[in-house]
Amino acid sequence: MIELFASQNASSFPVLNAIIIVPAMGALVVVLLPNSRPEMMRPIGAIFASIAAAMSLYVMTQFSSHDAAFQFESIQSWIPALGINWHVGVDGISLWLVVLTGLITPIVLLGVDPHHDPKPYTAWLLLLQAGSFGAFLALDLFLFFVMFEIVLVPMYMLIGGWGYDDRRYAATKFFLYTMAGSALMLVAIVSVATLSAGDQGITFSVIELAERQALSTNTARLCFLAFALAFIIKVPIFPMHTWLPDAHTQAPTAGSVVLAAVMLKLGTYGLLRFGLYLFPEASVWSAPTLATLGVIGVIYGAIVAAMQKDLKRLVAYSSVAHMGFIVLGIFAFTTQSLEGGVLQMVNHGLSTGALFLLVGMLYERRKTRAIEELSGIQSAAPIFAGFFTIVMLSSIGVPGLNGFVGEFLILIGSYETRRWWTIIAAAGVILAALYLLWAYQRVFHGEPTPTDEATRDLTLREGLILAPFVAGILFLGIYPKPLLDRIEPAVDVLIAHIEDHSDYERPSPAAPVVVDLDQLGEDGH
Amino acid sequence: MSGLPHLAFAGPSIDWWALLPQMILLGAALLILLLSALAPQRTSSGLATVITLFAAVTAYIVALGLWSDVKTEGPSATVASALGVDGFSIFFTILILVALAATALLAHNYLDREDIDPPEFHALLLCSAAGAIVMASANDLIVMFLGLEALSIALYVMIAMHARRPEARESAMKYFVLGAFSSAFLLYGIALTYGSTGSTNLVHVRDYLDAVVFRDQHLLMAAMALLLVGFSFKVAAAPFHFWAPDVYQGAPSPVTGWMASIAKAAGFAALLRVFFAAFASHDADWAPVVAVLAFLTLLVGAVMAILQTDVKRMLAFSSISHAGYVLVAVQSASANGTSAALFYLFTYTFMVLGSFAIIGAMGVDGEHPLDRYAGLGRSRPVLAMAFTILLLAQAGVPLTSGFVGKFQVIAAAVEGRGYLLASVAMLSAVIGAFMYLRIVMAMYVVDDGVEGPSPTVHWTVSIVLIGVVGFTLLIGIVPQFLIEFAEDAVPVLIRG
Repeated sequence: MIELFASQNASSFPVLNAIIIVPAMGALVVVLLPNSRPEMMRPIGAIFASIAAAMSLYVMTQFSSHDAAFQFESIQSWIPALGINWHVGVDGISLWLVVLTGLITPIVLLGVDPHHDPKPYTAWLLLLQAGSFGAFLALDLFLFFVMFEIVLVPMYMLIGGWGYDDRRYAATKFFLYTMAGSALMLVAIVSVATLSAGDQGITFSVIELAERQALSTNTARLCFLAFALAFIIKVPIFPMHTWLPDAHTQAPTAGSVVLAAVMLKLGTYGLLRFGLYLFPEASVWSAPTLATLGVIGVIYGAIVAAMQKDLKRLVAYSSVAHMGFIVLGIFAFTTQSLEGGVLQMVNHGLSTGALFLLVGMLYERRKTRAIEELSGIQSAAPIFAGFFTIVMLSSIGVPGLNGFVGEFLILIGSYETRRWWTIIAAAGVILAALYLLWAYQRVFHGEPTPTDEATRDLTLREGLILAPFVAGILFLGIYPKPLLDRIEPAVDVLIAHIEDHSDYERPSPAAPVVVDLDQLGEDGH
Repeated sequence: MSGLPHLAFAGPSIDWWALLPQMILLGAALLILLLSALAPQRTSSGLATVITLFAAVTAYIVALGLWSDVKTEGPSATVASALGVDGFSIFFTILILVALAATALLAHNYLDREDIDPPEFHALLLCSAAGAIVMASANDLIVMFLGLEALSIALYVMIAMHARRPEARESAMKYFVLGAFSSAFLLYGIALTYGSTGSTNLVHVRDYLDAVVFRDQHLLMAAMALLLVGFSFKVAAAPFHFWAPDVYQGAPSPVTGWMASIAKAAGFAALLRVFFAAFASHDADWAPVVAVLAFLTLLVGAVMAILQTDVKRMLAFSSISHAGYVLVAVQSASANGTSAALFYLFTYTFMVLGSFAIIGAMGVDGEHPLDRYAGLGRSRPVLAMAFTILLLAQAGVPLTSGFVGKFQVIAAAVEGRGYLLASVAMLSAVIGAFMYLRIVMAMYVVDDGVEGPSPTVHWTVSIVLIGVVGFTLLIGIVPQFLIEFAEDAVPVLIRG
């Protein structure tokens, strides 16, 4: 039955292709709209983004859970001369990132006012959505690289065109950092494809290459390092994180939200899909180092965040800490830690995305993000403070909200294989509470000055923009099962794949305690 | 029979059909000169452009006919094996003709604006195009040299045509002196090749090198070294690139575009035909040297480009860096590497023509400071977007032809186990990207209230820009047909 369904999907409407193409078409349509109607740009763009979002939700509902294979697969020959196909598919790891990408873009498109040039703004956001979809859905290394690289351009343009004072520096740094990382990845992609060609012919298919495992140990490790460098920069993992605070701080709110919610996930997603899957042995080999860097990121991000004077920069550094958690989860190689990692990617998208939205709204009101210039906002804007509290608590990882589920799974899963790393990382949870609550206290409590008292509360429109985020935060905090059901099979297969191709073995679950009642009774006597 | 037997000299059989493209171009050049002497100056201006375009189109159609001949009957050679008719020569013929048409259109308004005599310019343009085609199809080193000189001598004059500007004269002088210098190297290399193999015909050279094992190949090594130096000058590969930035900057922008695309492409055509096709059996001797040249060229081009403040000079250095990518493909000494080099040259021609077209439209008085581009994104969004696409294509951003070109170059290097060189190539792309981004930044990121420049873009320039930008995006998305074309265009040396 499931197979029948899958084959129906494959033969019917290629929904994944449409997901990528619709926003790109939307960008084209927006560009062709007449300049005389600037107010039309964002609504029309949002229609296209919403169609893509609806399709991503359709994929979500039609996705068969407890199935580890790639679904909705679609292959078209693209550049046969080089063995390159347009090959897309979705599994439990990418599904939720696709949904996240789908939902975030229309929200920020409608919710965040660019103040000028709405036409290119809309077009770039739509292209960003198309490229992010493409990167999450690509099952061909060439296609993935194209998408991974192309998303730089719209983000670069968004930062450069609609950012703050230091946008020139931040945009260029963002572009060059990421491009430098992926430069060597391209060499590695070509190397993997060429060296795995053998008699079967050259292919860039991820599935095919992962099955072949044709590289010698050392070559695979070198290629893995090239891939890992690209993703380490994208995530970003300490010490490659320095572009992030600049990019986030200078980017317009919409850019920050998409950057945090979607683009950073390209790094962790890349580590899972292309690092672990293509190079299982090398991943196991490098796991101690990468997990260490992840944990350093957790602690370092938290400490630096606590020192920040700028609210947006604080959130940016909290991203470094959160992403460090995900990296730890990925390189602990247990079902729970990987599940937690994937779930935490979604969680981080929701909570950090919402935090950037809130900081952006605050900036709209006060034209400042400096913590010391703000105080006692709670009394003037209680609803705003309420939203901020929920999102902040989610980011801290308070039980009942989504952040807790992800962090808890990561910690529990990692404890089995990386005990000391986990213990140190757990301290990061406390630090997160420290810097966020401290910032909250300084901004929202205290004596309000007259300007603080004049701070407007949330409008209905802003509340509606934040509502989906808060709904997601609450829902995932209380009932994450629908997500985990779909993530788990894919993650399990990935770990089995690692076990097949390296000497790693996941810790066997503790032997169940069998209580022999008769024996108990006898002993009792 | 009873006539004069001593006159029965049998010249080589000539396939006139194969020579038709060159002859059309040279005929058009003569026609333009003739008409310019007869017609009043105003008419001859437009007429020259039209004749050049017409010649390019006619020759293009002939080239397509030759291509289908080669497809059905295989490659051939004519004029006693001195000129090859293979996929390679037709590939370059087509490339040169497309660039010729584009340059003629770009020059049309530029010549009017800068008050340069159009007929002479167009006649020289046609001569240099014919020379480039001869260079790309020559199977004989002497014929190749003839083509090279026809191309270069026409270029010397074209660079200096902006007679009122001292920089133009200076750069023409520089190009002339260094060009003559490099020609001497080349000639010396040809002489030594003749000395060591007994012929200047590449077919013979190839067969001789295949058959004979040298006990002492010093002479051949010296020949290869001198030829390589000569070609390196022509394609502006480091460390023989010093003339290029000054000459590119000083020359009129359409001529700069023409030099950066076609003079370079013809140089690479000759390099590939001589080294990849004729010296194939000795690739262990020359490929490492080319690899070193590639390494230097990539880094020098990229690093020097980011130090410039003049946009034209930036692109001059970036054009050096692009020669480095082609050299990376050449040094792999494989069929895949050669077709990668061809693909790269074809796509780069479009990017560089478009870039210098925009620079030509922007720099009215020969100055090209970066500041002049400030706010172009606001005042002329379409023009700025066209420039951005061309710059990003040169930086190798996906969905442009530049990325597919880089990808193939990297693939060719990796196939030949040149991982280090491939990595250096990609890293120099990142360095280069900084420079392209600076221009993009200047166009888009300006403080409030800054009004951007509004250059007048003549419709002929717009046509070229639409064409090159469209092509750059098209090849970035569906490159298959051009890849196949480049694969069919690997040079074949065949006796006629």
